Amino acid sequence: MIAHLLSVEDLSAEQIGVVLDTAEGLKQIGRRPIKKVPTLRGRTVCNLFYEDSTRTRISFELAAKRLSADVINFSAKGSSVSKGESLKDTALTLQAMGVDAIVVRHWASGAPQQLTRWVDAKVINAGDGWHQHPTQALVDLFTIRERRGHLEGLRVAAVGDLFHSRVARSVVQALVTMGAEVTLVGPPTLLPPRSEHSSVETWGAAFSHDLDAVLPKTDVLYLLRVQRERMAQQFFPTIREYARLWGVDRDRLARLPEEAIVMHPGPMNRGVEISADAADAANSVITEQVANGIAVRMSCLYLMLGGEETAWPAVQRR
Amino acid sequence: MSGFTFVGVRLVDPAGGRDETTNVAVDGDRVVAVGAGHRGARIDGAGLVCAPGFVDLHVHLREPGGEDAETIASGTAAAAAGGFTAVCPMANTDPVCDHAGVVEQVLRLARDAARCDVHPVGAVTRGLAGEELAELGAMAAVGVRCFSDDGRPVRSAQVMRRALLYARTWDGIVCNHAEEASLTEDAQMNEGDLSALLGLAGWPHEAEEIMVARDLILAHGVGARLHVPHVSTAGTVALIRAAKARGTRVTAEATPHHFTLAEDQARSYDPVYKVNPPLRSKDDLEAVREGLADGTIDAIATDHAPHPPESKEQEWSQAPPGMLGLETALALTMTSLVRPGVLSLQAAVAALSTNPARCRDIGGHGGPVEPGAAANLVVFDPARPWTVDPAALRSRSRNTPYAGMEVVGKVVHTVLHGRFTLRDEQLTGLS
Repeated sequence: MIAHLLSVEDLSAEQIGVVLDTAEGLKQIGRRPIKKVPTLRGRTVCNLFYEDSTRTRISFELAAKRLSADVINFSAKGSSVSKGESLKDTALTLQAMGVDAIVVRHWASGAPQQLTRWVDAKVINAGDGWHQHPTQALVDLFTIRERRGHLEGLRVAAVGDLFHSRVARSVVQALVTMGAEVTLVGPPTLLPPRSEHSSVETWGAAFSHDLDAVLPKTDVLYLLRVQRERMAQQFFPTIREYARLWGVDRDRLARLPEEAIVMHPGPMNRGVEISADAADAANSVITEQVANGIAVRMSCLYLMLGGEETAWPAVQRR
Repeated sequence: MSGFTFVGVRLVDPAGGRDETTNVAVDGDRVVAVGAGHRGARIDGAGLVCAPGFVDLHVHLREPGGEDAETIASGTAAAAAGGFTAVCPMANTDPVCDHAGVVEQVLRLARDAARCDVHPVGAVTRGLAGEELAELGAMAAVGVRCFSDDGRPVRSAQVMRRALLYARTWDGIVCNHAEEASLTEDAQMNEGDLSALLGLAGWPHEAEEIMVARDLILAHGVGARLHVPHVSTAGTVALIRAAKARGTRVTAEATPHHFTLAEDQARSYDPVYKVNPPLRSKDDLEAVREGLADGTIDAIATDHAPHPPESKEQEWSQAPPGMLGLETALALTMTSLVRPGVLSLQAAVAALSTNPARCRDIGGHGGPVEPGAAANLVVFDPARPWTVDPAALRSRSRNTPYAGMEVVGKVVHTVLHGRFTLRDEQLTGLS
């Protein structure tokens, strides 16, 4: 049984496989007229959100409700947190309320891990700072596997702001764990610092600054959001130059092999990392990811809270 | 008969060039005899080391203004428990120690409550703002020898140069926190693969080295005395080594945490490991040890930085940097440096006592231990194993990164001007 879901780094290929296989079965529930099973009846899941989020929070809420768990939503705004309550005191309060799982989104890297020191509940990281967003990575893997039938040996190019992105970090690690060949593409300023020397050892991935050279050898093009504020911080000179060198437009899409898929964790910046017409081409996968998001999160909750018979294989820290 | 004698101790006294088993007799506030015979009460020193009391160039006693974390009474009690007889508290108090009035306040509080000598560091600039020079002369007149804006680097090269030059009036020392701030905005830990994996903003080693290089060039140019605090990178060690070779008047310190702990502690996201400069790579840690071994780094200083629990039990990025050090300095020196053979016991005592006293012109400390010298002494068991227990610390705070660590080297007695501040590991009453 897995104690907490904090980082993709903690998951073995076998464990990821179990999540994805379980999600496949659970996805069927979303197609039924009554989208609910009693599996987690009597369990309480708390969504503890220190950062604004619509899609992830709703996705977790629906996932928990479809498994019949009781759900509490606790957001930093308009709660004791806005009155200055510390993370620890909030944790102790939830502990006293006897919640079974805490789904936490936090602006600080590491906050979910800190939470595990103060509560007995299972902690699920729904995104922390620049660090990790493991369920998003699992959703993306599920979508890719559904489309391509397998993950091992797939050539994946992740393009954009890889340094400030918890999604990128999680997806890349998960894909590498599953045997995909990953290339990180972007300006050196937005790649992890000093990693030019150690990309393979640390990330299990190759680095490139030349998108056009990578595209023809790509099965999955994974685009990351580039925040406009990074320009003000001099990570690159202008949006225009960024788009010219690393943005994806229709011409670049044409360089991809025919069966390649384009993914974006959203929300998209049209005209920055992706042009408007290319975005429409990518959109079909994105809406699919919403439905898959619920199924994969149901799978995680089920495997973590469903009792011994549903347990994930034992954690093997790599 | 008055006085007392440590009988059969191993006297390690770098200033006097001694390392021998002997007796050390104290009467009044002086050492009165070294050698055979005894005076007054006999205190068995078999298996123990007697050395000049330790001197810490870099502590935070938090008073005035931060009494929830530490006071001069509690901080100097921790110092006595750690074998220190003199400490130099930094100027980042509230109010800032940037004029003679605050220096005098600290000295008065120390007279009433301190268990060791207190030599306040004065601010270089008013309010630690890095803009206008503080009244260094007024502070020098009440005994300040060293000026520092502590964690706030003097960013302007012009202000730094003027401070170095102006301090020459008293042959004073300027100590500058080495951090090129434009490279460390919101930095949380050492920059590298690990910071990238953990999603924490990196504090690149270049930021320290650029500032050290600038300050060495400035100090060399005007012939002034520079002290480099908490050396944390291999590059800094190399810069200081080269500067010493060409005759720059520079001294340097390293902390026990920078020669004991590495950046991988951040994996826990426990802010007890957050410190500035941050814990570095294993290579940097080795370079700091080498710098101590070859004398490039003169002194071991703790940067003892107490914080109340609520400020350390926060998100990593919110928690303030800093860790306790006074009560564990000897043990970490023995465990991380002497036991693995990096430093001899003689060199360890030099780094904890003799050298820091010289770096800061602190008379009466650092030895030599000889008749007529001020009786500022420490007696410790160099080999005794013990486990660090935060609850047992004398500091008012508990933010030690060594909780549960098994170490060797325990302070048994500390003597300040002939009186015990620590006897048989117990603090003595103030009188």
